Amino acid sequence: MAEPVLSLRGLSKSFGALKATDDVSLDLRAGEIHALIGPNGAGKSTLIGQIAGTIRADAGEVWLAGREITGHSVAARARAGLARSFQVSSLAMEIPARVNVRLAAQGRAGGSYRLWGSAARDAALAAAADAALVRVGLSARADIPVAELSHGERRLAEMACALALAPRAFLLDEPMAGLGGEGTARLTDLLADLRHEAPILLVEHDMDAVFRLADRISVLVYGRVILTGTPDEIRASQAVREAYLGEEA
Amino acid sequence: MREALVNFALIALLPLVALGAQAAGETYVVTLAAKAAILALAGVGLNLALGVGGMVSLGHAAFFGIGGYAAGIAAHHVFAGTPVIGWPVTLEATDQMPLIWLAGVLAAGLAAAAIGAVSLRTQGVHFIMITLAFAQMVYYLGVSWKTYGGEDGLPIYLRNQFPGLDTGDGMQFFALAYACLLAGVALVWQVARSRFGQALAMARMNEARLAASGISPYPVRLVGFVLSGMVVALAGALFADLNGFAGPSMLSWHRSGEIMVLVILGGVGRLCGPLAGAMLFVALETLLGGLTDRWQLFLGLVLLGVVLFARGGLMGMLAGRARHG
Repeated sequence: MAEPVLSLRGLSKSFGALKATDDVSLDLRAGEIHALIGPNGAGKSTLIGQIAGTIRADAGEVWLAGREITGHSVAARARAGLARSFQVSSLAMEIPARVNVRLAAQGRAGGSYRLWGSAARDAALAAAADAALVRVGLSARADIPVAELSHGERRLAEMACALALAPRAFLLDEPMAGLGGEGTARLTDLLADLRHEAPILLVEHDMDAVFRLADRISVLVYGRVILTGTPDEIRASQAVREAYLGEEA
Repeated sequence: MREALVNFALIALLPLVALGAQAAGETYVVTLAAKAAILALAGVGLNLALGVGGMVSLGHAAFFGIGGYAAGIAAHHVFAGTPVIGWPVTLEATDQMPLIWLAGVLAAGLAAAAIGAVSLRTQGVHFIMITLAFAQMVYYLGVSWKTYGGEDGLPIYLRNQFPGLDTGDGMQFFALAYACLLAGVALVWQVARSRFGQALAMARMNEARLAASGISPYPVRLVGFVLSGMVVALAGALFADLNGFAGPSMLSWHRSGEIMVLVILGGVGRLCGPLAGAMLFVALETLLGGLTDRWQLFLGLVLLGVVLFARGGLMGMLAGRARHG
C-alpha cells in the first residue's frame, strides 16, 4: 500500500469541555475521493480548520506527502500542496476570476516579493491561470468581476484557484452547497475527473453527490470517526444509520 | 483610458501653475505649488499602504517627521559646523540632499518595520489606534529631544543642497519636489503592477484568499507598510527644507490625518488621487485661510461632501469608477 497523500494522525481539539475533534485519524490516498460526512455539530468545520491551518490542534499530527505540516501556517500548507475551497466562496469580488486565479498561480510559482515587472503581463502566470480556467470551463466568464458571476460560477472560479496551485491534495468544504441541479452535476463531473490529478478530501452535505463520487467515506459523529469504508459499507452499517441517518435501531 | 488622461492632466497642471505664477512674479504661488507637490508625494506614499494594501494608518506622520528631522538635523550640524556623531566614530554632517534623503528614508524604513511588525498583528480599529499610538511616541520623542530643539524644533537657515541646483531658488526647488513626486508616482505604479503589488492588493481585498494561494499576508503587508513609510519620509525631508523648519508638528497626529484627508479627497487607491487631493487641499488652505482662521471647518465640509457624494473622491468624479485588476 502506497503512502497516503494526506494523513491525519490522532487529531484532537477541545473547546472547554466540548471535544470537537476526538482522536481523528484518517488517510487520503492517491487517486481517491474521500468524503467526510456527519450530522450538524459533528465537528466537521473544526476538523477542516485543523487540516487547513486556521485552527491549531491540541494534539495529533497532519502529514502531507510525507512531510509533517502540523505547525504550518495556512499559506505554508498551500505551498506544500494543499489546496482548499471554502464553504462560502472566498474570492476577491471586485476583480475578475482570472486575476484571482492568477494570484494562486503566482503563489505556486513564487516571486511574490518581486517589485519589478508586471504580473498581468507575465506569460507563465497567464498560461497557468488560463489552463485552470479552461479546465473548470470558466474561460468565457473569466474577465468580468467575480461579483457579477453566479454562485455556481464562483464555485468554479474557486476550483480554478485550487487547480492553479497544482496541489498534491484538495480539501473541499461543501463545494455543492447552494448549487442547483445543473451546477451540482457540472461540479460532480469536474471532481470525478480531478481525483486523478490529486486526491480529494470532500466534506459535503449532498448525500447523492457523496455516494456517487466517493471511493471511501468517513463518518464523523461527536468529533469521532465512527466508521471509514466504501459507500456500500457505509450504507450497510447499522451504527451509521443510528448515529447519522437518524433511524431508530 | 479616461483615468490615464485625468492623471496626465493632473501631472501637467502642477508645473503649469508654477510656471505661470513664476512668469507673473507670484513667487508665493510657486512655493504653494512646491508644497502641493510635496504633500501629494506624501499622499502617494500613504496610498500604497492605504489604497493598495488596505492599511488605514494614522501613524504616517512618524515617517514624515523622521524624514523632516533628517533634513533639519543635517542642516543644523552643517550650520553649526559640528559632526552629527562625534564618538565612537565621527560622522560629519552633509548638506547634500541625496545623502540626507538616503539617511531619512532608511531611518523611516527601520521605524516602519518596527512599528509595522507590531501594528500589523492587529486589524481594523485596533490597527488605526496602535499606529496612532506609535506615532505619538515618536512625537514625544521629538518634543523631549532637547539637542534638536525639543518642542521648538529645528530651524533650517540654509536649505540643503542638491547637486547642480540652487535649492534656494523657488522655481528650482519646485522642480526638485516635482521630480520627486513623479518618481514616487512611478514607483507606486510599478509596485502596484508587480507580483508583490498583486499580493498586497489581495491582502486588502481578501486575506483568506491570499493565504489560500500560498502567500502569507503578514509579511506582504509589512513590506508594503515599510515601502509606504519610506516614500512618505522623502516627502517629509522636502517639506522641512521647503518650510525651513523641522519640528514635532511634523510628527503630530494632525499631520497623519492631513495626509490621509488628501488621499481620501483625491480618491483612495487611485494613482494620482493624492495629486488632486493635495492641490485642492493647498488651494482651500490658501483661499479660505486668507478669509478665516477657521478654514478647516470648510475643509471638513468639503471632505464630508466628497465622502458622502463622490465615492472615489475627486478621481471618482473626474475619471469614473476605479478599474481593478
